[in-house]
Amino acid sequence: MELYELTALELAQKLHSGEVTQQEAVEAARARIDAAQRSNNAFLTLTDPAPAADPSASPLAGVPMAYKDNICTRGVATTCASKILEGFVPCYDATVVERLTAAGAVSMGKLNMDEFAMGSTSETSHYGPVKNPWDLTRAAGGSSGGAAAAVAAGEVWYAIGSDTGGSIRQPAAYCGVTGMKPTYGTVSRYGLIAYASSLDQMGPIAKSAADCAAVLDLIQGKDPRDGTSLDAPAGGLLSSLTGDLRGKKIGLPADCFGQGLDPEVRAAVLAAAEVLKARGAQVEEFALPVMEYVVPTYYIIACAEASSNLSRFDGVKYGWRAEDYEDLTDLYCKTRTQGFGSEVKRRILLGTFVLSSGYYDAYYKKALQVKALIKKAFDEAFAKYDLLLTPVAPTTAPKLGESLTDPLKMYLSDIYTVSVNLAGLPALSMPCGFDGKGMPIGAQLIGPALGDGVVLNAAHAFQLDTGWHKKSPKGGDAQ
Amino acid sequence: MKITEDMVDYISQLSRLQLPAEEKTAMTAELERIVAYMDVLNTLDTTDVEPLSHIFPLKNVLRADQVAPSFDREALLAGSPAGDGETFLVPKAVE
Repeated sequence: MELYELTALELAQKLHSGEVTQQEAVEAARARIDAAQRSNNAFLTLTDPAPAADPSASPLAGVPMAYKDNICTRGVATTCASKILEGFVPCYDATVVERLTAAGAVSMGKLNMDEFAMGSTSETSHYGPVKNPWDLTRAAGGSSGGAAAAVAAGEVWYAIGSDTGGSIRQPAAYCGVTGMKPTYGTVSRYGLIAYASSLDQMGPIAKSAADCAAVLDLIQGKDPRDGTSLDAPAGGLLSSLTGDLRGKKIGLPADCFGQGLDPEVRAAVLAAAEVLKARGAQVEEFALPVMEYVVPTYYIIACAEASSNLSRFDGVKYGWRAEDYEDLTDLYCKTRTQGFGSEVKRRILLGTFVLSSGYYDAYYKKALQVKALIKKAFDEAFAKYDLLLTPVAPTTAPKLGESLTDPLKMYLSDIYTVSVNLAGLPALSMPCGFDGKGMPIGAQLIGPALGDGVVLNAAHAFQLDTGWHKKSPKGGDAQ
Repeated sequence: MKITEDMVDYISQLSRLQLPAEEKTAMTAELERIVAYMDVLNTLDTTDVEPLSHIFPLKNVLRADQVAPSFDREALLAGSPAGDGETFLVPKAVE
C-alpha cells in the first residue's frame, strides 16, 4: 500500500513507530502534488514545510496537510482566490493554524477555492477552477474545492476548509472524502477572512470520520480572540468513537428526499440509512417543511453580511490596488470593480440591496425571522431524534462550466447544506456510493448543537461497515 | 419585485462598485430573478416572530483590560499596496 492511500491516523502511527520518517511523508506528499497539481489545480501556493518541532505533540504530529486560502498564515500569501488580495501576506497566523502548528502539523501550502468562498464549484477562483480528481471535466465542488480535491488525490492527508453554507461538506461529497462542519462557535474564526460571520465555521476534510475527530480535537476550544467562540468542552472526540449506535434515533426529513433529488443519490443515501439501522439505530421518516425556505433565507443573510465584511477591501489596507484613479473614491471604486470577480460583486450588490433603506424590513429582517423558525424546526426535530440523515447535494459533481451560467440554479443546489449553518449545527459529509458515471455520492449526518461527537460516532460506525471512504480516484491523480 | 438599472446604479454606488454598461444590464436581470425567488419568504407568516441574529444567546463579551504587544507596524503595512513605513498612503481626500 502506498503512503498516500493511508488515513492521517494510519500515517501518524507509522511516523510514531519510526516505520516512516517525517521526511519520507513530506516527500510522498510532494510527489503526489507534483503529479496532480497540473491536472486538478488544487493548490494556489506551495510552501517548503518545516518539520514538526515535537513529533509526539499530538496524534497527528508530522502528518502533511494544507489550509484553504482564506485562512491567514504568517508569511505565506493568503488570497481568498481573489485578485483583490494579490500580494497580501498576513503577519499573523489564524488561531487554527497556531494550534495545529503547535500540534505538529506540517503544512504543504494553501488551497484553491471559490473567490472569497462564494460559489458551489470552485470555479469562481481568479486563479482557475479546481478540477475533480475523479473526472477532470467535472467540478470539485465548492467553495473548499481545493481542500477536497487535494485530499481525494492523496496530495495531503487532511486539509482545513471553511463552511458558510456547505463549503466543506459539498466538495467533500463531490470528491469522495469526509468533511465536517463543527458546531458554530466551537472553532475560533480568528484569522479566517470573513464571508458571513454568523455562519462561517472552519473544519477538517479528511479520509475518514476518525481523522476528522482527531483534527477537531486539536482545533476546537474557546479562543478569547473570537467573540463568538463558545466556552464549551473541547477534545476527546477521537477517543469517544465507539461505533455503537444502539438506541440512537435517526430522522430522515422527507422534504430532503423529494423533487429535484437525483434518483441515484437518493438510493445511495437510503442505503446508508440501512447500514446505520443494521448497527442498531432506529431510522424514521419525518416532515421538515421549513426546507422550502432555507435557500432564500441563507442567501439574504449571507449576502448582507458579505456586503459589510467585504467593505474592508478597498485598495488601501490589503493586497492589490487599481492603477489610474482620480481621487480616493475613484481608487475605492476602481480597485473593487476590477479586483472582485462577478459572483462576489453579485453577492455584494444583493447584500447591499437587502440592507438598503426601504428593503431592509422586507428582506433582511424577514430572513432573520425565518431563521428563527428554521432554528425552532430543528430544535423540535432534535427533541425526537439524535441525528438527521440527508443527501449532501441533489446531484453528483456537475460538468465544469455548467453552474456559472445560472447563479440561481447554483444557489438552489445548496438546499441540503445551508440550513445547518443557519441553525449553527454540526454536520458531516461522508462518501456513501457512486453514480453510474463513477462520481462519488455523499450522505450528510446532522447533529444537535454541540453534538459533534454523536455525528462523528455515527459516521465512524458507517465507515466501520463500508469501504466507500477508502476508494481513491484511479491512479490517485486521475491523469 | 422589479429591479431597475437605476436601483442597480444606486446600490453599486453604496457598494463602491462601477459596473460597465453590459455587466450592469446582465446583473440587473440576474438580481431580479434572484430577488423574485427570495419573495417566497413572503408566503410565510412571521407576525410576532422575533428576528434571530445570533444562533446562541451571546451577549457583549467583556473582559478586564490586559496589556499585550501590538503587531509590528511595518509588518502590517507590508501587506498593503502603498505605505511609507509609517502609514497607509492614499490620494489627498481633504482640500
